[in-house]
Amino acid sequence: MSALRATSGGSSDQVVYFDNNATTPVAPQVLEEMLPYLSQLYGNPSSMHLFGGQVADRVEEARSRLAALLGAQPEEVVFTSCGTESDNAAIRSALDRNPGRRHIVTTRVEHPAVLSLCRRLEEERFRVTYLPVDAEGLLDLNQVDEAITDETAVVSVMWANNETGVLFPVEEIALMARERGAFFHTDAVQVIGKLPCDLAQSHIDLLALSGHKLHAPKGVGALYIRRGTPFTPFVIGGHQEHGLRGGTENVASIIALGKAAELAAANMAEEQTRVKALRDRLEEGIIRDAPGAARNGSGEQRLPNTSSTSFEYIEGEAILLHLSDLGVCASSGSACTSGSLEPSHVLRAMGVPYTRVHGSLRLSLSRYNTDEEVDYVLAHLPPIVRKLRELSPVGREELAGHA
Amino acid sequence: MWKYSDAVMDHFRNPHHMGELPDANAVGEAGGLQCGDWLKIMLKIEDDRIADARYQTMGCTAAIASGSALTDLTIGKTVDEAARLTNKDIVDYLNGLPDQKLHCSVMGAEALEAALANYRGEASAGPAEDRVVCKCFGVTEGQIRKAIRENHLTTLEEVTNYTKAGGGCGHCWPEIEGILREMTPALREAKREAAVQPKRLTTREKVHLIEEVMERDIRPALKADGGDIEFVDLDGDTVLVSLRGHCVQCPVSGVTLTGFVERKLRDLVSESLSVEEVEA
Repeated sequence: MSALRATSGGSSDQVVYFDNNATTPVAPQVLEEMLPYLSQLYGNPSSMHLFGGQVADRVEEARSRLAALLGAQPEEVVFTSCGTESDNAAIRSALDRNPGRRHIVTTRVEHPAVLSLCRRLEEERFRVTYLPVDAEGLLDLNQVDEAITDETAVVSVMWANNETGVLFPVEEIALMARERGAFFHTDAVQVIGKLPCDLAQSHIDLLALSGHKLHAPKGVGALYIRRGTPFTPFVIGGHQEHGLRGGTENVASIIALGKAAELAAANMAEEQTRVKALRDRLEEGIIRDAPGAARNGSGEQRLPNTSSTSFEYIEGEAILLHLSDLGVCASSGSACTSGSLEPSHVLRAMGVPYTRVHGSLRLSLSRYNTDEEVDYVLAHLPPIVRKLRELSPVGREELAGHA
Repeated sequence: MWKYSDAVMDHFRNPHHMGELPDANAVGEAGGLQCGDWLKIMLKIEDDRIADARYQTMGCTAAIASGSALTDLTIGKTVDEAARLTNKDIVDYLNGLPDQKLHCSVMGAEALEAALANYRGEASAGPAEDRVVCKCFGVTEGQIRKAIRENHLTTLEEVTNYTKAGGGCGHCWPEIEGILREMTPALREAKREAAVQPKRLTTREKVHLIEEVMERDIRPALKADGGDIEFVDLDGDTVLVSLRGHCVQCPVSGVTLTGFVERKLRDLVSESLSVEEVEA
């Protein structure tokens, strides 16, 4: 396959990028800000000379910028290598700091960063409650409340689901956890930069985020640790990150994440208005024009950028490769795309009917998407769905009825 | 992202013989909606020969391509010849499938088997008479044994790739491993026999086999890309061929010759063969 390129900042000639929950383009301003730290300004922030010291100042500036986006204090922010590391560090620390308690509460629809860790912890003889969701992808708060006991060491519930965009009431759950003496951690990788966040007014103890979901590069993340929350480092090494995470800082990417956080704060209103309007127009058009289409998950309680739909009687990978031929990037929860043989654990947990669980399509937007790109997908997606339906041995009568 | 061969992508983009065949007299299906892939093949059989075929599938790229390849491979064959097709023929025709997608080719072979059983008026050996081993995907012991036998499988992972069995909850893993343990010595024996006694072919037999492989396994694949090939002569162990159609200007025809044509001939006729292009 020849290399496909998007022009800087995502406005694209060859690629129409609707896969921003997978990763986002690095913002041009972010790239500009980080580049000197990959060339001339290569000093180590820990060094005892001005050349390194100036770099340390920029790392602290990045910490302040990210803290501002979170509504947190700079000393509550620890830079890590990615969202997965942050999740692992948070949950492991919470267990370490709540000794004697061997119960974990989480949900069935978490990202593998949390789910796979919880399965490992079961092997380490922790007990895990995986809370179910309803057909809309929502949690039953009464069930959450019942699940948390005085045996519970940590409650880990994602803020927004990466596949459907559905939001969980993390603030209410954080309070329930606190009442029982459990730590509350949230995987907020999909939320930070898309929704306002004010941790000063919150009861969340630990929060994980990832740089490349908000227009910073891959390979940098952060963990928020509320002041006063005891913490055991996950990566053991030097005194970096105020002794909370060993290892020489990924300086350029940390600076990039700081800049990306500043830009996200400045563009927050656009996510709620223009991006959301694009998403709504895209989703409404798909459901109107493509045969057998329906939305997955709650329409109200969700991220402004994410649309998950499913099509009856067809398979998601085939949709993705036809879209890819047209330069459109999207993703699917179908079994065939993942290498597993089962469709997405999220859609299965929601009980999406088997007639459409294999034909899911996730389109996730960013502020770099345009009206023209939405028009392009709306023009080309329904014929793809129709073509695959014509190939399908099932649902032919309904298709004939869908003019 | 999966690494699909160009042949798979061509069949996916422009599937051959898709749709319904109203006057079909043999219909077979494999897979199911619940499993996420389903393939249905319809054959029109006249005088014991498959005159036409159509297929429908609810499935991924590999399932769409496997169905397309299956119809290409069956049209023109007698019922007996078609009955000898296995999933390996589909995989070869598509220049390979990713490991995790091999089950799509098995689904194609199963649908064909069901269609031929339907033509003969037999009830296909469905799950009713065969014990289900993998409950997640409804895979029977018979299906697992057949895949192991035909593809010389030796590991659980391979069985999952070919049949999907064991790809869900994992409760059937010990049972699949038991079947593998039981079948492996016999397989090893079969493999060794095949290795110890490479049949000495006369030149006449060799030419005959080369012609057969050309017609059955090589020309249809090249034709699918708008090319063609002619077998000119056999000089010792060198097969002289001349390229036709798109292959003539194709910049990668050298790769086709050694990577595909020569590999096929070595696999199916004799290990010692090499291919050389001559001017037409």
